[in-house]
Amino acid sequence: MSIAANEYTWYRRTTETAVVGESKSVGQMLNADDPLVKLIDIQKTYDGETLVVKDLNLDIAGGEFVTMLGPSGSGKTTSLMMLAGFETPTRGQIILGGRALDNVPPYKRNIGMVFQNYALFPHMTVEENLAFPLKVRKLGKLDIEAKINRALEIVRLGAYGNRRPGQLSGGQQQRVALARALVFEPKLVLMDEPLGALDKQLREHMQLEIKHIHEELGVTVVYVTHDQAEALTMSDRIAVFKDGAIQQLATPVELYEKPQNAFVARFIGESNQMRGKVTAIDGPGCSVEIEGAGDVRALAINVDVGAPTELSLRPERVTLNPMPGSMPNVFSARIEELIYLGDHVRVRLLACGCDNFVIKLNSAEDLTRVEPGAIITIGWKIEDCRALGVER
Amino acid sequence: MAISDGQIFDEPHGIPLRVTLMRAERRHRVKALILVLPLAFFILIFFVLPIARMLVNAVHDDTLLTLLPRTISELRQWDGNGLPDEPVYAALVVDLKQTIDQGTAGVIGKRMNYEIAGVVSKVTSSARKAQELSTGPYKEALIKIDALWARHDVWSLLKRGTSPYTFYYLLRAADYQYGPNSEIVASSPGNAIFQDVWLRTFGISFGVTLATLLLGFPVAYLLATLQPKHANLLLIMVLLPFWTSLLVRTTAWVVLLQRHGAVNEILVASHMISQPAELIYNRFGTLVAMSHIQLPFTLLPIYSVMKTISPSYIRAAQSLGAGPFYAFWKVYFPQTLSGVAAGCLLTFILCLGYYITPALVGGPSDQMVSFFVAHYTNEDLNWGMASALGAILLTATLTLYFVFNKLVGINRIKLG
Ligand SMILES: Nc1ncnc2c1ncn2[C@@H]1O[C@H](COP(=O)(O)OP(=O)(O)OP(=O)(O)O)[C@@H](O)[C@H]1O
Ligand SMILES: [Mg+2]
Repeated sequence: MSIAANEYTWYRRTTETAVVGESKSVGQMLNADDPLVKLIDIQKTYDGETLVVKDLNLDIAGGEFVTMLGPSGSGKTTSLMMLAGFETPTRGQIILGGRALDNVPPYKRNIGMVFQNYALFPHMTVEENLAFPLKVRKLGKLDIEAKINRALEIVRLGAYGNRRPGQLSGGQQQRVALARALVFEPKLVLMDEPLGALDKQLREHMQLEIKHIHEELGVTVVYVTHDQAEALTMSDRIAVFKDGAIQQLATPVELYEKPQNAFVARFIGESNQMRGKVTAIDGPGCSVEIEGAGDVRALAINVDVGAPTELSLRPERVTLNPMPGSMPNVFSARIEELIYLGDHVRVRLLACGCDNFVIKLNSAEDLTRVEPGAIITIGWKIEDCRALGVER
Repeated sequence: MAISDGQIFDEPHGIPLRVTLMRAERRHRVKALILVLPLAFFILIFFVLPIARMLVNAVHDDTLLTLLPRTISELRQWDGNGLPDEPVYAALVVDLKQTIDQGTAGVIGKRMNYEIAGVVSKVTSSARKAQELSTGPYKEALIKIDALWARHDVWSLLKRGTSPYTFYYLLRAADYQYGPNSEIVASSPGNAIFQDVWLRTFGISFGVTLATLLLGFPVAYLLATLQPKHANLLLIMVLLPFWTSLLVRTTAWVVLLQRHGAVNEILVASHMISQPAELIYNRFGTLVAMSHIQLPFTLLPIYSVMKTISPSYIRAAQSLGAGPFYAFWKVYFPQTLSGVAAGCLLTFILCLGYYITPALVGGPSDQMVSFFVAHYTNEDLNWGMASALGAILLTATLTLYFVFNKLVGINRIKLG
């Protein structure tokens, strides 16, 4: 990925002037640290019975890359469509650049959008596709040409301007769609699973490419995916959706290291879920009694004394055969299964009443005594084990 | 596996793999062939052969050649100036005598009458009177029997009979015919009806195509964008005409549109007009009834194309800043063009061949080419004219088809 520095600054400059021009027309100046997008108490129902989106509150700062992540049917697309203006919220307000979007139709919102199936106009060449938003805005011929060339350069498709979308590969079409969403310099770009149709390798490549383009252009991106690896790779912040509500909104690191509830812990990365009952809370820690295994010391995140809870523990944070006394949590376990995965070995254990307790071992370690049926001890630290309550 | 000079052998038997494959496939091919054989025969006998016969009939006519063999054979020597010489007349007398036995004088007269009006009775009476001629010179004798035989144009006509092929019918179908010296001239105003008929046929077809397009396009759009539940109901309503007999539908229009029919009653009762309007037995009635019948043919190809256009195109266009109308016109409509072309072509071609509907709800000046084909076939028994009109119609259709294929590609026509 390369883009000339002056080009970048040019892009920034034009984008910024556009923002200023826009806000002037509304008649109020924006504070520098006001969020670009504000979703306030958004609700949405299609049938008048079930809420597809519940009390959605989300602030997105200018230049941020925010991902909506969640299982199928959790309301991600619906939220994005409300932002784009193709669906109207049943309640609540969306504010873009200080201006309420209540009665602004999609074509006046100036929001770029990349669709899952790209939606490139099949009867137009790549250049005509890119020219479309510029012609709508009645730009001059030379201006249009310059912007098209720049956009094609950014997505590295300079030589493909005269092709039809049908003559491009999936990855190339994807990049044209990206260029088309960027070419009219919107402040905000929405992407709904734009990489869903690509194969794994290309998807990973495009993830990085989109991330770099975002960094270089400084445009604000709201991205929808149900692939957690994709979300972790690309995002500044991730909003984890479930049943139309945000479960947690945090940076990738925080989401992985400090999940706030059982759903997030399960959904992001892999974790062992043990079930028990809280017997005592002392400061940041707590004791959880697991039937047939004993007391586990864990971080109290989301629990009350006497209530059942799930304990979440990442497989890679479990130590095999710890030195006696070196860890607060030491339990014995029986090895059920070994799965060799090259760089590491997954070991499935029966431990703490859980027969699907997985740990990851470095395959370079001495694994001679690790075999199915063997009894071993495992241990982990308090801060790696989080008591998250039960999933509602 | 033994591989030698590019052939792969199935080792135990030493049979090339390609041969094995061909054997395996032959069975399938034979089976498939047996399945289509009945239909292939049917099409050959009831479709291909009649059409081939029709195309031949349009230019082939050996009436004079077979019924006046001696005359025609003598005429080969005639240079075509003035009148032929005695031997030709002598041969004609022999031929005419024979026609009485065979009862073919009327046929000859009718054939000649196509090109020179009012000669039937003259030919038959000549044939009768020629029986009494026994000695020459026959030239004077025949001319005395009927001045017809002193006419240069009559002899030119007989001379043209030396060839079993004639362009007479095709020329006639375009309002041309042979003059006295076998040159091509425009038909006399009384005979020149076909240019009008062709213009009318293409005009009505074009009008119906346009009407069905204007009516069908919005409905197709509605069908394609409606929820499946409602769309299916609407589709059934669109297809309903398909399931009703053409005759029933046409007579229904008679009931609706006649002078004291439902439409006139309503218009008069609501004081929109004071006198019942002429809605049927004219061009208007023809267009209405034909458009009704053709609507599904135009609509369905458009609908099937529209159904494949994802709604995300319009959304994409709007997200790029295009208003609803601009997005429709620039993004949606161009993608429907192949369907529009297919539907219009289908309707236009089908309209060219309309017969029953214009005959029932049109006036005398609304009859299309097929009416004349039927007329020549059933009433005049003039197979040459019927074939010539049919051949021209077929050529026009095929030309349209090829132009369409070049522009759009015929494989893009889909129904439903
Ligand atoms: N147009 C619609 N009419 C009625 N219900 C809808 C409509 N669109 C979505 N829904 C419902 O709203 C819920 C949320 O849908 P949405 O498309 O927002 O999910 P999503 O998070 O994008 O899922 P996915 O990952 O599968 O794309 C689903 O239960 C879906 O059935
Ligand atoms: Mg979705």
